Amino acid sequence: MKGSLYIPLILVGVVLTVWEVGCRWAGIPDFILPPPSRILTVAVADAALLLPHAGVTLVEILCGIGLALGAAIPLAVGMHARPAIEKALAPFLIASQAVPVFALAPLLVVWLGYGLASKVLMAAVIIFFPITVSLLEGFKSCDRNYRVLFDLMGASRWQALRKLYWPWALPYFFAGLKVGVSVATIGAVIGEWVGAQQGLGYLMIQANARLKVDLVFAAILWLSLMGVGLWVLVGIIEKRCLWWKAATGE
Amino acid sequence: MLVIQDLTKRFNGRWIMEDFDLTVPTNGFTVLIGPSGCGKSTLFDLLMGIVPMDRGQIAWQGEPIANLSTLAAYMQQRDLLLPWLSLEKNACLPAELSGVPARERTSQARALFAKLGLENFESYLPDRVSGGMRQRCALARTLMFARDLVLLDEPLSALDAITRRQLQAYLLLLQTEFNKSILMVTHDVDEALLLADDLLVLSAAPMRICERFRLDMPKPRRIDAPSLLEMKARVLARLEKEARW
Ligand SMILES: Nc1ncnc2c1ncn2[C@@H]1O[C@H](COP(=O)(O)OP(=O)(O)OP(=O)(O)O)[C@@H](O)[C@H]1O
Ligand SMILES: [Mg+2]
Repeated sequence: MKGSLYIPLILVGVVLTVWEVGCRWAGIPDFILPPPSRILTVAVADAALLLPHAGVTLVEILCGIGLALGAAIPLAVGMHARPAIEKALAPFLIASQAVPVFALAPLLVVWLGYGLASKVLMAAVIIFFPITVSLLEGFKSCDRNYRVLFDLMGASRWQALRKLYWPWALPYFFAGLKVGVSVATIGAVIGEWVGAQQGLGYLMIQANARLKVDLVFAAILWLSLMGVGLWVLVGIIEKRCLWWKAATGE
Repeated sequence: MLVIQDLTKRFNGRWIMEDFDLTVPTNGFTVLIGPSGCGKSTLFDLLMGIVPMDRGQIAWQGEPIANLSTLAAYMQQRDLLLPWLSLEKNACLPAELSGVPARERTSQARALFAKLGLENFESYLPDRVSGGMRQRCALARTLMFARDLVLLDEPLSALDAITRRQLQAYLLLLQTEFNKSILMVTHDVDEALLLADDLLVLSAAPMRICERFRLDMPKPRRIDAPSLLEMKARVLARLEKEARW
């Protein structure tokens, strides 16, 4: 584990050093490209300004994840239990991915206003698909022989779902959720760009207009930290839920 | 007594079995041995109602029935243990799903684990124990179905030779200790000779019974007993006559 962290850390170190040295050596002004040291200073010094906005964005993302889960899980279960539902909905699901989600952002703001709702929905729309698809894939991957075994044990649909399909699909579900949370920030920020009064996306637009590029980068830094934090959090929850995998050393 | 008559099945126009008849005596140990792909697993799938039959009758203790899904427990070659449940919880699954109270099913499972040499491994995950223990756990689960009839489809073929010899003693318990009627498929002639009361040699598809050997020697048997060696020679000779063996 520790060994595997070395290479990425070295890589980041090299990139940051080149960036820092390059900025100073070429004399690039801060309003074009600030050096990493400057970004870090702003990110910490302006924390009082950044953190409340980050909090708003985080709430949007978390609500978006919650909404996406609330829709994706029942839908995947339904599509698995009734192939007719899957057949009916599959074209729409795929079509929904063909529509550039970002094009929806202005509409959502018109319909739902400048507040939380439009960003939550935006994030949810983006996360929803990978979770649904991976969960359904997980259900379907269940070995036929196990299904026969559960039939022979006289398991009801609900029992089979709880005891067999759900645990079976859990690794797939978490794979989908990880993809989901890592793109969720995108949805929230786009929503904020289009129209908002708070949030990191809003702050970035404001700062950009005033050529405070260092503040834009500081916002991006906090946003990235949030994304990584969520990813790590999902990883921890995954480990807890899939304890039996860790116990068997897979 | 289980009586099967005129069992017929075609897959994509190919006859797997046609008018197949078979009788399994109550508390008897009946063993099927035959070429690979002749339709033994299909026979079990038909009997359990997993795959629909084209034609045929099944009767248990004189009563005609559609299939054995509520009368027999089916143990397959793979143990099919759920990797996220402990051995005990795996074994308890049939009882749990049919609503047996937790305390009752746990004590049943504990008793079985003791008989099958699994005590102190109740809380282990399947992936932490040997293949032989997994298969014994699957056997415990099969017994937790509490059915009079047990179908075994090559239950030991995934195990190494030594473990297999050990587990054959446990399979014998099905008959001697638990009074089940057993129908088993195997590829191992020695295993068949050690366990069977009736040994049926099957033909390639369409499957039929080529010859029926009756084994009256008392159990447990020794594989090097002269009577068994003589029987083995006859069975092997019959199997060799089956061209595609
Ligand atoms: N669902 C199916 N659809 C079409 N053909 C099938 C199906 N299931 C089995 N078969 C065919 O039926 C034949 C018998 O298969 P079966 O699995 O019953 O053989 P078996 O005697 O159990 O073989 P083995 O000793 O290898 O386990 C095979 O030729 C197989 O290809
Ligand atoms: Mg088979």
